[in-house]
Amino acid sequence: MKESGSTILLNGLIKENPVFVLILGMCPTLATTTSALNGMSMGLATLFVLFGSNVVISILKNLIPDKIRITAYILVIATFVTVAELLIQAYFPAISESLGIFIPLIVVNCLILGRAEAFAAKNTVFHSALDGIGMGLGFTFALTLLGTVRELLGTGKVFGNIIFPEHYGAIIFILAPGAFIVLGYLIAIVRKVS
Amino acid sequence: MKKLESTFRNIVPVLLGISVFAVVAIASVYAFTKKTIDNSQLNKRAEAIEEVLPVHDHFDLKPVVLNNGVETTKVYKAYDKNNVLVGAAVESSSNNGYRGPIDIIVGFNIKGIIVNYTVIDQHETPGLGARMESWFKTENTKADIRGKNAATANLNVSKDGGEVDAITSATISSRAFLFAVRNAYFAFTSNFEDQSVILKSKADSARHSVNKTIPSTNNKMKGEQP
Repeated sequence: MKESGSTILLNGLIKENPVFVLILGMCPTLATTTSALNGMSMGLATLFVLFGSNVVISILKNLIPDKIRITAYILVIATFVTVAELLIQAYFPAISESLGIFIPLIVVNCLILGRAEAFAAKNTVFHSALDGIGMGLGFTFALTLLGTVRELLGTGKVFGNIIFPEHYGAIIFILAPGAFIVLGYLIAIVRKVS
Repeated sequence: MKKLESTFRNIVPVLLGISVFAVVAIASVYAFTKKTIDNSQLNKRAEAIEEVLPVHDHFDLKPVVLNNGVETTKVYKAYDKNNVLVGAAVESSSNNGYRGPIDIIVGFNIKGIIVNYTVIDQHETPGLGARMESWFKTENTKADIRGKNAATANLNVSKDGGEVDAITSATISSRAFLFAVRNAYFAFTSNFEDQSVILKSKADSARHSVNKTIPSTNNKMKGEQP
């Protein structure tokens, strides 16, 4: 499997978008996208963890015996998640507050373990880093889009800027059912377009 | 380099190595960020207190803590330039929320009039109960609790015969919020009645209504959070 760096990077964004095409990491996708800002912060936190774990795992891939690979990957991922959590708490307390438990839960985001197992364990460090960035950006893009649509339809705002008065918004889009409805339509649109 | 075999001899040092690496990484980041995290939490509280207090010169960052067995209330007293008490910010909570505890800080001036409030922590439904962060300070509505005298006003939702409009379709959250406000006032008066004779008579009537509410909370609490 020979792929150029740019293909790997772009793959994650559109062709193999983790949310719209691979349908991975649905828990944070549905739960944290109540507003565009929340979606974007979650995406960026995941990007950081994905990049870090992809790089470290691809460096260590030959050192890790097959039987304990999942354990070893989880250890590496959990380390990066804890680091990310501490950094967010220290420098972006507002984001840490609004995302709450979902930041430590990045550990169990199957997107990250999935990329570690499917990509980083088989590819060079450079390509794994590109894959981490590409997938992370794709995830961020998807979550921001989902958050924007939900925030707009639910409260009439985008990134906190008022587009139309709040009482025309449908609260259902902020609640869980709205997440499923919007995600369904977005997946349909992306499938149709690409 | 060939992949290592899955033998016990290989597994132990590899896992140990990764664990050590993880511990060192987390410990150093923790040490590096600890101060900032602590500071930002302290600042947040101080800012919230500052925001709800009446005009003052300085306040005690060390609160008077009251505990009735279920809710803990913290009273931060504020003084003017001559060290005369002008009011207090009271941190109070309610366990009657729709999804867990609601923590608020309410500011009172010396007469018991609510100056302002801010919500520190709540997990109510977004778009419904979560609107308590601004709902009870919407200007020119019956929902605005600012400027009401906690001693004389009936701080209950209109549905329960009170004079405060509940958040649309979030009566439970509104009740919990107002409970925390009443509780805050109770802590405020029980803390100051020795200093202020004016408050005493009003405090007694207020305490009467608070006492009526607290036992029902206790029962509900025990059922939900053992």
